[in-house]
Amino acid sequence: MTIAEKILKSHTSDKGFKQGDVIRVDIDIALANDITAPIAIDAFKSCSKKDVFDKDKVVLVLDHFTPNKDIASATQCKIVRDFAKEYHITNFFDGGEVGIEHALLPEEGLALPGDLIIGADSHTCTYGGLGAFATGVGSTDLGVAMSTGQAWLKVPESMKFIFRGELNRWVGGKDLILYLIGNIGVDGALYKVLEIEGPAISSLDLSNRLTMTNMAIEAGAKAGIIAPDVVTDAYTKTRAKRNYTMHKSDPDALYSMVKEYNCANIEPQVAYPHLPENTRGISEVGEIILDQVVIGSCTNGRIEDLRVAAGIMKGNKVAGGLRCIIIPATPKVLKAAEAGGLIKIFLDAGAIISPPTCGPCLGGHMGVLAEGERALATTNRNFTGRMGHPKSEVYLTGPAIAAASAVTGKISSPKEVAV
Amino acid sequence: MILKGRAFKFGDDIDTDAIIPARYLNTSDPSVLKEHCMEDADPTFSSRIAKGDIIVAGKNFGCGSSREHAPIAIKASGVSCVIALTFARIFFRNSFNMGLPIFESDEASSKIKQGDILEVDVAEGIIKNLVTGNTFKARGMPAFMQELIADGGLIAHIKKRGKI
Repeated sequence: MTIAEKILKSHTSDKGFKQGDVIRVDIDIALANDITAPIAIDAFKSCSKKDVFDKDKVVLVLDHFTPNKDIASATQCKIVRDFAKEYHITNFFDGGEVGIEHALLPEEGLALPGDLIIGADSHTCTYGGLGAFATGVGSTDLGVAMSTGQAWLKVPESMKFIFRGELNRWVGGKDLILYLIGNIGVDGALYKVLEIEGPAISSLDLSNRLTMTNMAIEAGAKAGIIAPDVVTDAYTKTRAKRNYTMHKSDPDALYSMVKEYNCANIEPQVAYPHLPENTRGISEVGEIILDQVVIGSCTNGRIEDLRVAAGIMKGNKVAGGLRCIIIPATPKVLKAAEAGGLIKIFLDAGAIISPPTCGPCLGGHMGVLAEGERALATTNRNFTGRMGHPKSEVYLTGPAIAAASAVTGKISSPKEVAV
Repeated sequence: MILKGRAFKFGDDIDTDAIIPARYLNTSDPSVLKEHCMEDADPTFSSRIAKGDIIVAGKNFGCGSSREHAPIAIKASGVSCVIALTFARIFFRNSFNMGLPIFESDEASSKIKQGDILEVDVAEGIIKNLVTGNTFKARGMPAFMQELIADGGLIAHIKKRGKI
């Protein structure tokens, strides 16, 4: 069995399932945010149950349009706030406790290896980096899960991607996953589990692993999974407040496809507008002048990402006419960045520090683009209009290229600025 | 159930930001969302769509976000069903949960033209092009998912059967 099948099996009474079957699963965490929770709350109330299935297993994070950008978004948040109070939701994150959900849950030890997690947010697949089966669903699914503790899932096939070899300088998890998506396309893993392994993955820290599984959805995948190991255990054991199980795939597990990549061939990647599959190596990028650089998001807003960026920006200035927005993903990341002197480096360089929020990633607020403007972002999507005007552009990279580009004003390799 | 309407054609990888841009997600009111449905793919869509009309698209329709606002906007626009080569998975399950009929068919996706009049037998998955006379059979769905559509979505399904 694959790791995905083992986790599904441990969460269902529909034993003996095969790929393609629809099964009912018991879930460990049901997650929603300020955009998706209001509809989920309506769905929950339609189920006419008196209480949520488990007040400790419902997680609500007001991270998308907060601090509220307008009256309508404030009204949405109030619906969630009132619900959290009425139903005594333990894990409700509001105000100064808000972090970007997919950075926050691993950090708080709420998402654990072996868990089955559903979230009304497509990047819920991030928790696969911990060895969980985690998948994005809609608000109706989430509302029903808050009521019943269950969801329906079609048992997916798995694909395996093995990364071998040493990582090149300035290459991180973001570059590996962009390379993979560029290779198989935005529907290359449609309906399937994308299992990632190999010596190069074992050498990655958890932050870089979470970056990779975060973008499994950008290849159409139902889940991205990296088998938990000593790195996962070291990260998890100090944070977990309940038991967890570290599964791994059997040697004879069945995959619809197995593919190997040699990291020696992977240079820092840039995804061109308007799809994450439009990738090129940095050496193939011509002169692309930028109006804005965003470093943050559930993909690359953790402290490890900010350290990479600060290392390049230290002693340098943001290019004239360019806005560089740094968004620490959680309050703890912001505190660590402050304590480590990173915030000073960013401010001295002329960057803007935003509170933790999804903000500009989805064109919400805190850095929306005008017609004809061009941004480079460490986020996960560069669809038409994603960061603002339908005639604006977004390029995706990891934090190293983003920081270098903020300094030069055009898409640049860190080699051009780093000492 | 037989659905009938004009075909509105779209290409591959129509994402949820094209179906309903995030700048309108500060509300979940269907009457507001429908005004902006498909806006970044076709700004004239909301003024031209009529009740019963059918979206016909290429591969990976609905990729991107989990936002249920996307099928809500499509449904509120009056669209009776969506036909595509393939659907992105969250949009796919959201449609079943909300009782929005969707069909996967390689041939229907490629051969139907903008403005063709279509008739769709939901239970049988049969798509008829009344202009050309062509008939297409959509790919089969698991029994549970057919049940969801027949019941009118996940909530109605639970009310009727007492469980998922």
